[in-house]
Amino acid sequence: MTYMIEARNLTRKFGNLTAVDDISFQVEKGEVFGLLGPNGAGKSTTISILCTILKPTWGTALVNGFDVVKNSSQVRKSIGIVFQDPSIDDKLTGRENMVMHGDLYGVPRSQMKSRIDEVLKLVELEDRADSYMSTYSGGMRRRLEIARSLIHYPKVLFLDEPTIGLDPQSRDHIWSYIRELIKNEDITVILTTHYMEEADRLCNRIAIVDHGKIVAMDTPKKLKDDLGGETITVKTRKNELFLEKINEAKIAKAAAIVNDEVKMTVDGAASLLPAVINIAAQNSIFVESISVQEPQLDDVFMHYTGRALRDGKGKEIPPMIRMRRRA
Amino acid sequence: MSEFRGIYTLWKREVLRLVRETSRLVSSVVTPVLWLVIFGTGLGVSMGTSAGYNYQQFLFPGIIGQTLLFTAMFMGISVIWDKQFGFMKEILVAPVSRLSIFIGKMLGVGTNSMLQGIIVFILGFFIGIPITFIMTIEIIPLMILVTIGLVCIGLIIASVLDSLENFGVIMTFVNMPMFFLSGALFPVATLPDWLKWVFYINPLTYGVDAMRAVTMGSVWHTILPLWQTIAVIALFDVVAVLIGSYAFTRTK
Repeated sequence: MTYMIEARNLTRKFGNLTAVDDISFQVEKGEVFGLLGPNGAGKSTTISILCTILKPTWGTALVNGFDVVKNSSQVRKSIGIVFQDPSIDDKLTGRENMVMHGDLYGVPRSQMKSRIDEVLKLVELEDRADSYMSTYSGGMRRRLEIARSLIHYPKVLFLDEPTIGLDPQSRDHIWSYIRELIKNEDITVILTTHYMEEADRLCNRIAIVDHGKIVAMDTPKKLKDDLGGETITVKTRKNELFLEKINEAKIAKAAAIVNDEVKMTVDGAASLLPAVINIAAQNSIFVESISVQEPQLDDVFMHYTGRALRDGKGKEIPPMIRMRRRA
Repeated sequence: MSEFRGIYTLWKREVLRLVRETSRLVSSVVTPVLWLVIFGTGLGVSMGTSAGYNYQQFLFPGIIGQTLLFTAMFMGISVIWDKQFGFMKEILVAPVSRLSIFIGKMLGVGTNSMLQGIIVFILGFFIGIPITFIMTIEIIPLMILVTIGLVCIGLIIASVLDSLENFGVIMTFVNMPMFFLSGALFPVATLPDWLKWVFYINPLTYGVDAMRAVTMGSVWHTILPLWQTIAVIALFDVVAVLIGSYAFTRTK
C-alpha cells in the first residue's frame, strides 16, 4: 500500500517552543484524516509543514510520494489548501479569484472554464460567481475557497479548520459539501478541527494532537469503543469542590469541568450513580441535574489529555447540531 | 511557461484592482494638480522667469517624479495588506517561484505608477507645458526606468514589515525625505555643499534631473552628463531588483 501522506518524526521548533514534537502518521489514498486538538496543539504547524510553507526542524514527510522539502514544487502541484484564515482578494469577483488560481497552478486553458463551473456547482455558488467577493458572506467565502482549492485537481486536500467562525447552519453546509466532494473527486482529505462533532462526522480516522504530540490515532468508533465506559455529567452549585471530591473518591477514570458541568468517564455508570450522589450529599453540594451518556469523542479527548478539549472556553459548540437536508 | 503565466496573472490582478479603484485613481491625480497649479503658480509668481524658464516648467518633472514615487511606494507596500488579509498565502503556496511572484508584483505595481505618471504628464498640457511627440516618446522609457527602482524600494520595505502600523513611519522617513531631497521643488546646483550630498545619494534626484532634461530641453543643465544620469538610474534599478528579489525569496 502506498500512502498519500507519510510523516516521519516531524518536529518543528520555534525558538524554545516545540510546536510539533516527533509526529509520525500515514494517510491512505481516499481517506479523510482528521487532526484533532485544542488551539495551539500543533495542528496548523503540521499542516504548514505538509503544505511546504514551513520546513521541519527535524524529520521528513512525503505527500503524494514527493518530499516536502526536496520536491516542494511537486508537492504544491499535488495539493489543494483551504487556510484557517481567509485568503481571497476582496476586490475581485469570485470567478476572477478562481481564474487566478487556475493560472497560478497552470490548469490548461481549455479546461479552465468547465472546471471552474464544475467546482462552483459543487459548492452551489454558480449564480454568485460574478459578484465581488466583498458582497459574499463568511460562509460563502469559505465555500468559494473550498471550490478554488479543487480547480487544479489536487490529489490531497488540506482543510485547516474549515468551519471556524461560521454559524451552525453554514457549518452544516460546509460538511455536506466536503462529503460530496469526497464522493465525487478522487481525493484524500486531511482536516484539522477542534470541533469533535466535525471530526466524528467526517473522518475515517482521527489523530488526537496535544502539545505537539499524537496521543491517540484510530477510527472515531474504535477510539470511543476503546474508551469503554460511559460519561456521567453532573451539574452542581459547587463544581470545583465536587470535582475535587470525585477525584478523591477515585471512582472516575477521568473527570473535568466542561461548560459549567462536571463530566466524568466511568465504567458501569448505573452502579456508580448512587456513589456519585452520595459524594454530593456528604459534602452538602446541591445537584441540579445528572445524566449518563454513551462515550463521545469529547470523552476520548478528555481521556487522553486529562482535560476537556475547550478548557475554560465555555460553550463554543452547541451540544447538538441538527442535520440540515439540502434541497 | 507556467512561470510566465504566474507572472501574467499576478500582473493582471494589480491592473484589475487599479481599474476597480477609480476613486484612488482620481484622488491620486488631484494631489499633483494641487502642487502644479497652486504651489507652482504661487511660488512661480514670486520667482519670475530669471533663468529662461518659469517655475511651473521646472516643477512639472518634479511632480511627475513625486507621483511615480508615491504610487510605487504606496502600492509596493500594499503587499503588507496581502500578508495581513491572508491573500499572500494563496500566492506563496502556488507552484510558482518566489522570483516570479516578485516580478509579477513589480510589473503590476509598476504599471500602476506608470499610468498615474502618464496622467500627470498629460496634465502638463493644461498648465502650458509645450508637450511634443518626441518629448512623449523620450519621457515614457525614462519614467519606466525611474519607476522600477522605486517600486522595488516599496516591495523591499513590504517584505521586511508584517503590519501596516508602520505605514506613517514610512511616509515620514522614506517618502517625504525622498521627495524633498530630490530637487523636485528647487534646483540642487545652488544648494550649499553640505546639503548637496544628501541629494546626490537619492536615486530620485537623477530621475527628476533626467526628466527635466527631456521636458525643458537645452535650458536645463543636468548634474552629470545625461547619459551618466541615466546610467546611475539604471544601475540603481539593477541593484534594487537584486535586493528586492532576494528579500522576496526570503519572505515568509
